[in-house]
Amino acid sequence: MVEMVSRPYERAFEKHALANPDVLCLSADLTSSCEIDRFRDTHPEQFLSLGMAEQNMMSFAGGLGLAGFRPFIHTFGVFLYRRPYDQLMASVAYPRRKVRLMGFLPGITTPGGMTHQAIEDISVMRSIPNMTVLETGDATEVESICEAADSIDGPVYCRVLRGSVPRLFDTPIQVGRMRELALGDDVLIVTSGITTEEALRARAALEGAGVSVRHLHLNTIKPFDAAAMLDHIGSVRHGVVTLENHVTEGGIGSLLAEIMADNGTGKRLVRLGLKDTYAHGGSRPYLMKHYGLDATALVAGVERVMGAALDIGEADLAAARIEAVHSTVKAEGL
Amino acid sequence: MLDTLRRNDKSTEEVALGIRRRVFEHAMRNNGGYLSQACSAAEQLAWLYNEELSLGAPTLPMIPKPFGGVPSADNPEYHTGAGYNGPAAPEFDRLFIAPAHYALVAYATLIEVGRMAPEGLEMFNRDGSSVEMIGAEHSPGMEVHNGTLGIGFSTAAGLAWGRKRRGEPGRTWVYMSDGEVQEGQTWEAIAAAAHHRIDNLYAIMDVNRQQCDGAMRSVMDVGDIGAKIEAFGGVAVWVDGHDLDQMRAAVKTPHRGKPLIILANSSPFRGMPTLQLRFPRLHYVRFKSEAERARMNRDIARSLGVSPVDYGQTGGK
Repeated sequence: MVEMVSRPYERAFEKHALANPDVLCLSADLTSSCEIDRFRDTHPEQFLSLGMAEQNMMSFAGGLGLAGFRPFIHTFGVFLYRRPYDQLMASVAYPRRKVRLMGFLPGITTPGGMTHQAIEDISVMRSIPNMTVLETGDATEVESICEAADSIDGPVYCRVLRGSVPRLFDTPIQVGRMRELALGDDVLIVTSGITTEEALRARAALEGAGVSVRHLHLNTIKPFDAAAMLDHIGSVRHGVVTLENHVTEGGIGSLLAEIMADNGTGKRLVRLGLKDTYAHGGSRPYLMKHYGLDATALVAGVERVMGAALDIGEADLAAARIEAVHSTVKAEGL
Repeated sequence: MLDTLRRNDKSTEEVALGIRRRVFEHAMRNNGGYLSQACSAAEQLAWLYNEELSLGAPTLPMIPKPFGGVPSADNPEYHTGAGYNGPAAPEFDRLFIAPAHYALVAYATLIEVGRMAPEGLEMFNRDGSSVEMIGAEHSPGMEVHNGTLGIGFSTAAGLAWGRKRRGEPGRTWVYMSDGEVQEGQTWEAIAAAAHHRIDNLYAIMDVNRQQCDGAMRSVMDVGDIGAKIEAFGGVAVWVDGHDLDQMRAAVKTPHRGKPLIILANSSPFRGMPTLQLRFPRLHYVRFKSEAERARMNRDIARSLGVSPVDYGQTGGK
């Protein structure tokens, strides 16, 4: 039975901001959508409403950083880099301002369709010099994201989960430290964000079918220390499967591909995620199934890497379902 | 204005003339340059640096250091070029040159007011130099990247808000160009500054009505900039951009709770009337022939009261 935590960001941000007077809360007309409405109402002196004007907000935040403040910008992930990309580069990333970009509704966690779904954000952010990229995969990581982000000497982009979030882990994010969730020796599965929960589901069925799974969860996507990952890659017989809530270009699948190619590991890699496609509006379970981001897709990926049929069906995965994880979660509203 | 901080005893008129002369000489030697910006901006930048801004003594060497690398975790020695404007102390003003294409003119200003050595201009646009063609963060007198137009006022608004929050008396100034008002971000920034009552924020905008493609009216007309600024919540004051007394008066305009933007009507030919022959392409004047270069050299030198520049002309030119 997995605990579901309601609005972990709301409490985490308030606690962190109140302990750090140079932290400012910036919002672009998505205040309640980013769970900072209570903070706005109770701590207006630390809150800046900048309206639907992300280009100005980004450069303005750069100016606040120049004045020694550490602004946390809250909006949907897409709005942090698509429209204000130029400002992100010139006003925040280049000068290494301590601006914390809190990107809500990563990937297909929103029914808002193409305009709201940040499906290439990690690719964009990974390619920006000076940028740090973090992603939350459970309630504990959301609870520790503010402190983790604020420890970075420079700008940081965070994929943040909102609403009702499962608690999978019991220790906070340690920047740069991946989570080793299983240490088998047949196949390495690498996940981040909401796909880790899917992998936990798939793992139970895979292990039932006799597959020894090594499973790593990434919360720090950039910077990335390849050495530890190489040890894990070297520890499995068949190869690597990545599953990401993102296009398969430029995200963690590409990250693994780069590490494996750079070091000549010679092992197979199957990258799962959005395959060079936009998504559309719909519920999270529907979109994860439709676009192959779920446990079923992951099992198929493992079969490809192993070159063997595992005879695992939907029923096996349903049986392995982590109880109650989705029972209280409705489709994300705007 | 703290007279004790003046590093020269030139009049502001002399500084303005010096700016034009230096940019002219540089353009002649390099077969082109940002001449029209010197014409339109000279009095404005001379007024800012020689009178209006409260700046401390420079903290960086008079002869600029070479390019020292970009900001990164591995470059702890990195610094911007802001030290030419003095330290970022609470009591001092800060200045961003929003149109970084005015860098040549800004560098000439630093020299005229004794904040940079004349050798600095010799490094302009040379490989490995920090004195870049489009002013970079690390270029003399620059503190932020503004080469992408329209972001300067936003950054200044954020800095000004932060300085006000910290109780710093120093003002934050932006030198703007009128072409920037085509960028939507400019209007977002003015609205934000008004909404947050950021009144320690000042700008002077060089309204020379020129942009890269030519006259703004032909590229995309922007209408009445002053009325638009007021509509977005700022305070706008029109002045003759070559009249120092009008600028001196304009900065005293009450603007409680609002940013003050001085709109400086200017001429892109001021002081170099022969540039009119190049209208409407004035953004970067590159001489089309040796004959034109020689003619401009003769005519502009005469206008500025200096001798023609020796740029290695062959005999008989």
